[in-house]
Amino acid sequence: MRRSTILDVSTRMVTVTTLVLSIYLLAAGHNQPGGGFIGGLVGGAAIALAYVGGGLERVRAFTRLQPWTILGAGLVVASLSAIVPLVMGRAVLEQGFVSLDLPVLGKVKATSALVFDTGVYALVLGMVLMAFEALGEERTPGSSTGSTPGRGEAS
Amino acid sequence: MNALVAAPIVLPIAGAALSIVIGRSRAAQRLLGVAVLVAVAGCAIALLIEVDSNGPAVVQAGDWPAPIGITLMVDRLAAIMLVLGSLMLLGVLVYAIGQGRVDGEEHRHVGFHPVYLVLSAGVAGAFLTGDLFNLFVSFEVMLTASYVLLTLGGRRSQVRAGMTYVVISLVASALFLTTIGFVYASTGTVNLAQLSTAMSELPDGLRHALALLLLGVFGIKAAVFPLFFWLPDSYPTAPTAVTAVFAGLLTKVGVYAIIRTQTLLVDPADRPAGLLLTIAGLTMAVGVLGAIAQSDMKRILSFHIVSQIGYMIFGLALFTVAGLAGAILYIVHHIVVKTTLFLIGGLVEHRAGSSDLDRVGGLLRTAPVLAITFLFTALSLAGIPPLSGFAAKFALVDAGIASSAWIVVGVSIVVSVLTLFSMTKIWAGVFGGEIDRDRDEPRPMPALMLGPTIALAGTAIAIALAAGPLYDLSERTAEDLLDADRYRLEVLGS
Repeated sequence: MRRSTILDVSTRMVTVTTLVLSIYLLAAGHNQPGGGFIGGLVGGAAIALAYVGGGLERVRAFTRLQPWTILGAGLVVASLSAIVPLVMGRAVLEQGFVSLDLPVLGKVKATSALVFDTGVYALVLGMVLMAFEALGEERTPGSSTGSTPGRGEAS
Repeated sequence: MNALVAAPIVLPIAGAALSIVIGRSRAAQRLLGVAVLVAVAGCAIALLIEVDSNGPAVVQAGDWPAPIGITLMVDRLAAIMLVLGSLMLLGVLVYAIGQGRVDGEEHRHVGFHPVYLVLSAGVAGAFLTGDLFNLFVSFEVMLTASYVLLTLGGRRSQVRAGMTYVVISLVASALFLTTIGFVYASTGTVNLAQLSTAMSELPDGLRHALALLLLGVFGIKAAVFPLFFWLPDSYPTAPTAVTAVFAGLLTKVGVYAIIRTQTLLVDPADRPAGLLLTIAGLTMAVGVLGAIAQSDMKRILSFHIVSQIGYMIFGLALFTVAGLAGAILYIVHHIVVKTTLFLIGGLVEHRAGSSDLDRVGGLLRTAPVLAITFLFTALSLAGIPPLSGFAAKFALVDAGIASSAWIVVGVSIVVSVLTLFSMTKIWAGVFGGEIDRDRDEPRPMPALMLGPTIALAGTAIAIALAAGPLYDLSERTAEDLLDADRYRLEVLGS
């Protein structure tokens, strides 16, 4: 099967946009709808889109890191945000924030909850990558007619 | 103090994360796993000492006050369970490492150590949490990890047995979540301390229904009659180390939840003493009768888990200080002895290639140390004086007589004799008899497998030696449990 050019080009564009949206959701999470989990899911959707467009090859092109490294690192970051307050003598998971005056963005409130959310974000992305790694292997040529667009043996 | 309470949950999760990241090196994973569990055990012991001398410790996660935030509450019962749980998890991890070095793909699997640590975080969470919803979350963390551990090898029999386990656990979880929904809808809170007053203000029918639902949910998890059928089917097929943890700990987390909810949430006026006594008697009897019919060491031991859950429920059902103290002492003894017995079962399987009584034999001559370890723990399980089981059963029977629960006292004594009978059966089948000449040369037992087994058996003997102080501790724990106001005061401050 040949790839559909329209699908190929449009997924490339939409994937990037979706990833940016997922990072926005991650950052907005503390006080507005969003957060690490939602952001991670949207990021996962971007990866799924890339998979539809270019198969496992394209998914692997996202990062050279192994999926479980991302997943593990996310969990490390998230659990550190529970441990650090303990080390500082505060309650577990206790959060703090600082207000910053940044040049372009204006007044920004940075909460330490963002660290936790970032960990969750990485965890969810790692999980999605692992799922594609485990289940998304290309079908071997000739084993089926490959009617799904973009999942042919082009790569 | 703050850090000490949260550490048993947070440390294993952080450890699991690191363990995933360093997944390439099995040696580093092993070292990390053992280090984390040693730290958790240390925290747990420190907590027990602290709580026993200075009263319960309460931590509000994120510093949010009680009904809003996540409450972690350590009283004596939670601390005792935590100490036992972490010691067992540690011992079994060392055993699993020893086994992984000689055989067993599943213990070498990259996922084993992270998932094992997640399991220990879930177990700790279940003991420490101060609200019903987080109890559910902890159960789920624990169960999800246990699904993975149970099927890690991916053998056909494992997956088949795993299915039973997963399905029944999911049904129980769904029921649990529904129950929490009902509780929240009718009282507006899931904080255990608040619930203890809110529940008693509900109308009669609703209150009874909720109490019964909670009992049913935890009854499935704890494998009491008639909800035990899943246990003997699913436990024996898992890798030994996994089975040992499941057998020693997971059902006891269910028992812990039953004790906690029945003493704290159910109004003293309508405690289901009669129902619990009936369940206790039937659980004991059916479990032991099931065990007698089996001819495989691991299956026999699995049925005995069921039988002994009955003793714990029996102690609870009396709702007296003596009864609850007996139940707690029994849980302490049972967790240690049961874990040890399963580890011995694993060693038998390792050495002789099977745990089927008809196919092994003569281990008394080829593995005398193992035989002696078994002898002590098995007699302890049956309750032969002066071993730990005797102290625990004596406390229970004594409490039963004081409350004139004659029938269940009688059942418990008969069940003890039958337990002794099936332990004798294992002894005769596995350790006695002729050495089977047709079999391959028996394999040597690695020190890392034998070591923790003997250490745990030693712990069981230590329990017998320290039965007096332990009983006093259990009694103080029982007094705490029957005093719901105290719990409320500690958590809510009013």
